[in-house]
Amino acid sequence: MNTENMIHMANQIAQFFASYPHEEAVAGVADHIQKFWEKRMRQQLREYIGQGGSGLNELALEAAKRLG
Amino acid sequence: MPVIKEIDYGTPLRVAETLITLEIDGKSVTVPAGTSVMRAAVDAGVQVPKLCATDNMEAFGSCRLCLVEVEGRRGTPASCTTLAEPGMKVRTQSPKLAKLRRGVMELYISDHPLDCLTCAANGDCELQDMAGVVGLREVRYGYDGANHLQAEKDESNPYFTFDPAKCIVCSRCVRACEEVQGTFALTIEGRGFESKVAAGNQNFLDSECVSCGACVQACPTATLVEKSVIAKGQAEHSVVTTCAYCGVGCAFKAEMQGDEVVRMVPYKDGKANHGHSCVKGRFAWGYATHKDRITKPMIREKITDPWREVSWEEAIGRAASEFKRIQAKYGQDSVGGITSSRCTNEESYLVQKLIRAAFGNNNTDTCARVCHSPTGYGLKTTFGTSAGTQDFDSVEQADVIMVIGANPTDAHPVFASQMKRRLREGAQLIVVDPRQIDLVKMPHVEAQYHLPLRPGTNVAVINAISHVIVTEGLVDETFVKERCDLQAFENWRKFIAEERNSPETLAPITGVPAADIRAAARLYATGGNGAIYYGLGVTEHSQGSTMVMGMANLAMATGNLGRTGVGVNPLRGQNNVQGSCDMGSFPHEFTGYRHVSDEPTRQLFEKDWGVALRGDPGLRIPNMLDAAVDGTFKGLYVQGEDIAQSDPNTKHVTAGLAAMECVVIQDLFLNETAMYAHVFLPGSSFLEKDGTFTNAERRISPVRKAMAPMGGMADWEITVALSNALGYPMHYNHASEIMDEIARLTPTFAGVSFARLDELGSIQWPCNEKAPEGTPVMHIGGFARGKGKFMITEFVPTDERTTGRFPLVLTTGRILSQYNVGAQTRRTDNNIWHHEDVLEIHPFDAENRGIEQGDLVAIASRAGETTLRAEVTERIQPGVVYTTFHHPVTGANVVTTEFTDWATGCPEYKVTAVEVRLAKRMSEWQEHYLETRRQTTKIEHGTGATK
Repeated sequence: MNTENMIHMANQIAQFFASYPHEEAVAGVADHIQKFWEKRMRQQLREYIGQGGSGLNELALEAAKRLG
Repeated sequence: MPVIKEIDYGTPLRVAETLITLEIDGKSVTVPAGTSVMRAAVDAGVQVPKLCATDNMEAFGSCRLCLVEVEGRRGTPASCTTLAEPGMKVRTQSPKLAKLRRGVMELYISDHPLDCLTCAANGDCELQDMAGVVGLREVRYGYDGANHLQAEKDESNPYFTFDPAKCIVCSRCVRACEEVQGTFALTIEGRGFESKVAAGNQNFLDSECVSCGACVQACPTATLVEKSVIAKGQAEHSVVTTCAYCGVGCAFKAEMQGDEVVRMVPYKDGKANHGHSCVKGRFAWGYATHKDRITKPMIREKITDPWREVSWEEAIGRAASEFKRIQAKYGQDSVGGITSSRCTNEESYLVQKLIRAAFGNNNTDTCARVCHSPTGYGLKTTFGTSAGTQDFDSVEQADVIMVIGANPTDAHPVFASQMKRRLREGAQLIVVDPRQIDLVKMPHVEAQYHLPLRPGTNVAVINAISHVIVTEGLVDETFVKERCDLQAFENWRKFIAEERNSPETLAPITGVPAADIRAAARLYATGGNGAIYYGLGVTEHSQGSTMVMGMANLAMATGNLGRTGVGVNPLRGQNNVQGSCDMGSFPHEFTGYRHVSDEPTRQLFEKDWGVALRGDPGLRIPNMLDAAVDGTFKGLYVQGEDIAQSDPNTKHVTAGLAAMECVVIQDLFLNETAMYAHVFLPGSSFLEKDGTFTNAERRISPVRKAMAPMGGMADWEITVALSNALGYPMHYNHASEIMDEIARLTPTFAGVSFARLDELGSIQWPCNEKAPEGTPVMHIGGFARGKGKFMITEFVPTDERTTGRFPLVLTTGRILSQYNVGAQTRRTDNNIWHHEDVLEIHPFDAENRGIEQGDLVAIASRAGETTLRAEVTERIQPGVVYTTFHHPVTGANVVTTEFTDWATGCPEYKVTAVEVRLAKRMSEWQEHYLETRRQTTKIEHGTGATK
């Protein structure tokens, strides 16, 4: 997937859950990605975080680090 | 089955607690108060002669044929307009009545052509029937006096003729147009002998007529008659089935001569449509036998090769071997499949089963991805199940109707007629839409409030409405306390009450005056039963799922759930959007919306299917295309869907398709996606197979085979053959066995079977031990998830912003005469109303660009550019332009972008930043498209094909 698109999608998810208390929000973002993103997409996200995760907002970044 | 003729009770059914017993021709009968004597007579087994009465419209009392005698009363009242009374004794036959009726018939026939033997309605004419019933033997007045026999016939409509020479001016057509359809296109012009039916001062085609067919159906003579009946004659048998168009799911009688359709007639016992229809279902069925149908399997090595007709065995074998080769080379996850909401439940179920069991992955998706996937997510999160809450009939109890991002008169016309009837009865209407849709102001319907929001600001509007509810003390505290998760509610209440969600703060963003938002909110909360109906104007946004949850919050906060007349109701675009979602077509869930990671559910399917299944979600359609461009997704099985036309960012879609090594298309036509295919499997139309569709009100309705599949196989049989060839045998002898399996594995379908459908006509799920006859209204007494859950719905503006380069917002939609990608309707005479997509633009924006009505204009976004004709209209607000996507050469989706709903990946079709300018020629993309189409659709006929 186009990296910009991936970042955009992850940030969008984080923007929705940002209204919730921090721990709930992090868990919500991670759970959503785990439940709805195919493994290639999750792998791409993990690899991108490994490279620094530039462009991801803080919540998306924190949640993505929890992905299995 | 012979031609089905439903009983005509003459006047509408009444529902009343008080029952009345009377006597008709010596027979005692008991009916609800308000019932006519005519209807009571039918209940007693007595047919009173009639012409102007029919039971889907109110009594009119003009034909004077249904006269009766009532003991103790003078005169001979019309039985249609006389109400049954306790103890009444009615006589429907007497020498006096016979004489009167014969006299009436004499007058009718004295001004009627005596061409019965060559008349199209011969054998299906109520006038003819009544002449026989009353024993008409002579016409004493002769035929030489003034008459209407030379009146000019109107043949302008492509589907029916209007022959005033045969008209008896009973007004049934006029009343059908008013009462049944609600268009008011017809009237009686002139007085006395000069009285005649008129479509305004013009012919039918140029009039306000929407060709719903209600007038044709109502006509008791051959005045209004289908051209197909004129051409072919009367049918000899009928098959009751379900329409293949929109999500209303109308029941129709396919009236047949052998295996040829003569006409489609709406079925009165159909619980979604109650005998009404629209131009698509009623008339636009000719595509099913159009010359463009592909009826032989075809294969080719490369997409630039001509297609080669081959046997079914060779085509299926090629598809299977290619999928196996690709998986061996690129991995198990390198292939997947897509179904369409045009497929039956059984077909969708089988395709996802093939993908999960034979491909061994979860790369299954359906076109609901690009329309109502946010509905599934939003309603499941808040209510616990991914479906609308009401049946259509619920609208008859609604007091305030809020239509958000939907255009029912164009996209769901039959339900729109039901809604308009309720509005004419006095229900109030709020329309939330950037465009002035017809419902905003039309004959006898006018919205109390039209909130013309800016595209992309739905969530801001719904938050502002909820803000008013909360801050003005309009919350239904009792409902919330009893039915909802209180912690979630308190969090939401605190959020929504913040000043940033007030109508005043949000007005500069939404463009809607705060006073209008406040007034609309108060009306919805306090006006009685509040019902929300919404469409793709809600879902096809980057915050589509958030908006669905926002509407659910609003309905819960005001207690507008769990009873008739209220609810949150998605109007589904296609006939089986609900069903395709129910059937486990999404990559993350099995049937009944159970996630693939849920161990007990997965084990249930593994045991039944005899194969290990994956617990991780597969690719969604846009992500399949992403992966194809990346080189990790190489094979796709597409049943009934045309992603190259319907999905956003066409260049990206076609790049993905072109990057695949095996694309298998199963369809009626060589559609746009087939340009990139290597195997073509000829599909079957809805007339050629058995199955079920599930409409927007969760109603499972039967689809019944009326003719043999033109390609030789029903679609579900093709999937079985492919699965068998892939090495995962499937064993079904009939579509009913597939439904039996669905019922076995899906708690909400546990009570559904073809036999039960035959018994009940249709069933609304959940249907199980708790609800053996189905569930018209959901969440009565409690939500499916237990407590209703309020969700915080922060407004997040889309990242698709207007700029100096792209200063306008494009939003897209539908039109009455065309359907989805147009593959069906473009192959009918419906093209007469919409032969090309046009761009609606406000006069202000047009003038600024030197654009005039009908000019060819280029529309460009950051994704691409296309051209189409301009329609300059104030229907659209300044700064916004609008178009449809029914014609492939228009390429509306060349312009739309990759942005999607945050939760589901549903494309943001409704907001694209664009610029519009005058154009002199087609766009580069259009020229490329036409050339590619020419190169990729060649067929070498008869090369090795066997039936």
